[in-house]
This record gives sequence, structure tokens and C-alpha cells, in this order.
Amino acid sequence: MKWIALVVALVFLATLPLTFDTSLTFAAIVFSKMLAVLGIFVLLQAGQVSFGHGMYFAAGAYCAAYIGAAWRGPDLIVLTLSAIVVSAIGGFVIGLFVSRYRYIFFAMLNLAFSMVMFALLEKLFHYTGGTDGMRVRRPTLLGWEFNRATFDVVIYYYALGLMLAAAVLVWLYLRSPLGQALKALKVNETRLEYIGLSANRTILVAYVASAILAGLGGLAYGVVQGLATPDMTFWTRSGEFVFIAVLGGIGNVVGVFAGTFVYEGVRFYAAALLDDSWQLILGIVLITVILVVPAGLIGLPQRLMGAMGAGRFKEKAKG
Amino acid sequence: MNTTLAIIALLDGISYASLLFLVAVGLTLIFGVLGILNVAHGSLYAIGAYMAATIGGWLTAQGYSIWLTFPALLVAALATGIVVGGLLEKFLLRRIYDKDPVLQLLITFAVFMILENVQRMVWGVQPYFMSEPLRALGNVGVMGIQYTVYQIIFLPAMAVLTLVGLRFFLRNTLAGAQIVAVTEDREAATSIGIHAKRVYFITFIIGACLAAMGGALATPTTSVLPGMGANMIVLSFAVAATAGLGNIEGALLAALLIGIARSFAIYILPEAEVLMPYLIMVLILLWRPLGLFGSVKARKI
Repeated sequence: MKWIALVVALVFLATLPLTFDTSLTFAAIVFSKMLAVLGIFVLLQAGQVSFGHGMYFAAGAYCAAYIGAAWRGPDLIVLTLSAIVVSAIGGFVIGLFVSRYRYIFFAMLNLAFSMVMFALLEKLFHYTGGTDGMRVRRPTLLGWEFNRATFDVVIYYYALGLMLAAAVLVWLYLRSPLGQALKALKVNETRLEYIGLSANRTILVAYVASAILAGLGGLAYGVVQGLATPDMTFWTRSGEFVFIAVLGGIGNVVGVFAGTFVYEGVRFYAAALLDDSWQLILGIVLITVILVVPAGLIGLPQRLMGAMGAGRFKEKAKG
Repeated sequence: MNTTLAIIALLDGISYASLLFLVAVGLTLIFGVLGILNVAHGSLYAIGAYMAATIGGWLTAQGYSIWLTFPALLVAALATGIVVGGLLEKFLLRRIYDKDPVLQLLITFAVFMILENVQRMVWGVQPYFMSEPLRALGNVGVMGIQYTVYQIIFLPAMAVLTLVGLRFFLRNTLAGAQIVAVTEDREAATSIGIHAKRVYFITFIIGACLAAMGGALATPTTSVLPGMGANMIVLSFAVAATAGLGNIEGALLAALLIGIARSFAIYILPEAEVLMPYLIMVLILLWRPLGLFGSVKARKI
């Protein structure tokens, strides 16, 4: 049943350019955000939350902008590799520091770093273009150049492929001993240390992975939009990633898909109506989800079925 | 950098540190007692500032004496702290004391998002100014430099008054003793008849009032803008973390350290202004992971 649903979804996504070519850019943006949300999702497995992953998102986009400015017509593969390297190095250096902390400090230190990056991107006008940001040139792919319409399709498949590959890798990672250690850290950190695993190192690995995911997401986002701006590392952006991850549910990778699609869908259609009160609504929904449906969207069907099952059980008991 | 500039930087730093301390001490007090890091603390700061600008602006527009803006600052801070802080604790935080620390963080973060939006809806995006208190007190010569009395005498005095008052309240009054008791051991305190819920409520309101007070007192020295809350929450966290989360006296020292370093950076290397507070925090946390005065004890005040 689950597999059928998955296959249907995949076929739908793979054939989307043939059917609804108008919503391609929208879908590509959803995929790029999904990558960043996957990063937050990985950290949530260890019970940690980062309010600053926008900084890696911005790092990926600015990476594409700088390389595009240096070599006109960069290749998408080169951009991808450099975004991975840049966000991995950034994640490692900052991770060495933040991996010593948990919960409040972990979240707030990340927020502090991302605020510093935001301020620097805005202030160092001559290097970063200030608030206006930098243009991201349309890259080639394996040497081929594309016009705008074809590129939309290319970048759609690129983002889709990247996101699927990342989702599979995250799934494999969480099933691996390292991933299990990450989940164990949430349950009992002392026990993890007793087994002989370093809790800080476990977090560090997850942190670098999440930084790379956010970096790739930022790269794809920047290329789709053709623009890298400082507000990609503003706290509202990082908050948005956390919001989507929690909305989708932290128990399952599928939650990230569901969360991002619902979120972006609502935003896409309601933005015009609710632009002024968008954050207000997000905040209220976030509180409601945490207090009422802690398992997120992905837990909703189970919860409903559970309620129905309990109802049947009661009837039987009566009968 | 010549001596005059150094003195100006020092004075700037002291006046800024006083505001920083007011906000950070509220954050650290709430954390010390409730064990919650209130991300919405930044919003209380911003709302306090907006309230002060609104009330003060109305008073001067009506032609009242500019001296009346001083009580207006106080009224704005107390009204914000008691109303917003009180509602927040009573209807939301009370439900999450037994939840995961991550969920508590997420909830206060959500409140922060909501309040930032509410501010934009109520006050719009244009900046507000209210410099009357600054003008009312005039200038004073400090080591050959003319500086406003408001910034160099009034603000530091308020900070010191807050520190001394808070110490006295916690150590020499019954209500303060109850707060300390609940901080040390909630169960034991409850068993001897202390109403822990009410202690949480009161502590949160005091902390909220301090944040709003910081905002209200900052109004005459800066323009009130959207986004000031976000900057302040990370900055006051930096101060509280540098001192050791939950440490009240240490917060004054950390605020001075960060405030002065920041204002020197403004004169020497303007680009590094935003970097400076965090640089200090990171260096100190690398050296002492729990902050300058932090100890391994789970909770402290």
C-alpha cells in the first residue's frame, strides 16, 4: 500500500513537466526547500533543533553567485560540488563548536551565527551586493547551454533528482549504525557514551550532513530564482525550515515531503490574501501542531485510524 | 585611535551595556527559575519600545511637559510586561513546563513569530522616534567630552538599580525567598506550601517587565524599527550565555564586556560591529563552555 502510493507519487512527479508545465518553477522551489528541511529533519532525530540553517541555505546560493560571476557560464555539476564543499566546510567549522551543546544553546548559537552572516552579507556591500543580493547566472549542464524554457525543465529534474537522492541517502543514514546512534542520543545520551560512542562526534556528523543538505537546497533555490539574497539567512527563513519539519512530522522522511508540499501549497495560494499576517498564522499553526498533533501531518492518518479503531473496539466491547 | 575617541567609545559602550543588561537579566532570570529560554523575550523588548514611543509621542503632541515622558517610559514597560507577559504565561507557557526542551523552544519561537507579525500590523514598518527624555536631561561634561545625561548617568543608574533591587528582592523578601526555593528544588518547595505555579507566574512577569523596560528606555536613544526584537534576542542571549545562563550578577559584567567591545568596534572597524558580541561569546564559551560564572549545577539563579 505504502509502496504503491510512493510509486504513484514518483510517476506523477517525473511526468509533471509533460502535464503541468506552468507549475514547474513552483515545484522546483518546493524541492529545494525540501532539501533544507531534510537537513533540519536529520538534526531533529537527535532531538536538536537549529534556528540558523538559513546560513547554509544562503551559503549554497552565494556559492553559485560567486562562481557564476568569476566564470561566466559555470556548469551545474561544478556548482553542486562546490556547494557541497563550501557548506561541508562551514558546517564542520561551526559544528566543531555547536556540537558541544544541546537544546537551548544548540538552537540559539546557530541563530547567532546565522544573524552574523545576515549582517555581514548586508554590510559588506562591495563584495555581496548588500540587500539586493547577487545575480546567479544560468549554468550549463555537462557543457550544454539551455534557453530559459528548457532550463526550467532541466532545473526541475535536477532539483527533483537531488531531492530524491538526498531523501534516500538520509533514509540509509538513519538506518545505519551512525543514524541509530543519533536516535539513541535523543533517548539517552549518557547511555550512548557508555557504549563507547562519542555523543559530540555523532552530532557533528549529523550537523555536517544537515549543512550540506541545506547548502544544496540553497544552491537549487538560488539557481531557480536566479538570485542570492541576504534574507536567505534571515531568522524567518531558518524558522520556516523548522516549522515545515515539525509540521510534516519528525518520525518519517515522508513527513518532509508532505510538510513542504502542504506548506508551500498553502503559501502559494494564500500568500496574496494573507501576506500581512502570514507569520502570525504560521506561529499559531506551529503551536497547535505541537500541542495537539505532536506527530505532525504524517501522524495524522495514523491518529485518525487509531481513533476509528478505538471506536470499533468500544462497539465490540458493548456488543 | 586617539584618547577622545576612546573615551567616546567607552561612554557609548557603557550606555549600551546598561540597556543590554536590563534585557539580558530578564532572560536569564526566567531561564533560571522556569528553565525555559523565552525566545519571545525579544518581542517584549520591541513592544516595550513601541509602547513607549506611542505613549511618549502622544503626551508631547498634546503639549504636556516633556518631563512627563519619564513616567510614560515606566508605564509603557510595566503595561507591556504585565499584560503581554501575564497572558503568555497564563495561557501558553503553563501548559508546556513538563514538555521536551526542544518543544518549549519551538513554542516560544512560534510566539516570537506571532508577536513580530502583530507589531507590524499595529505599528507598521515606519520608524518611531521619541527623543524628549534625552533633551529633558541635557548634557554633561565627562573628561572633557559633552555627553547626554540620559545615556551616561540615567541608563547606568537604572541598570545598577535593577541589579541591586533584584538582589535585594531575591535575598531579603519573602516573595524572593520563595522564588529561590522553587529554583533550588520545586518539589521540596511545593511540599512546604509554596505555590510554585504562582512563583512561575510572578517570575515570568518580572522578566517580561525587564525586557519591556529595556525597550522603553532604549526608545530615546534609537529609532524603533521592525526587526529590533530579533537582534535583541540573540544579543541578550549572547550576554546571558557569556555570563552563564541563569547568572544575574555575571550578566552585568558580560553586558559591559560586550557593550564596550561593540562600541570600540564601531569606531575602529565598523564592519565588525555585529560580529563583536558573538566573537566574545564564542571565545568565552570555548574557554569556559558554561559561561564565565556558569557552574555544572543544573539550575541556578
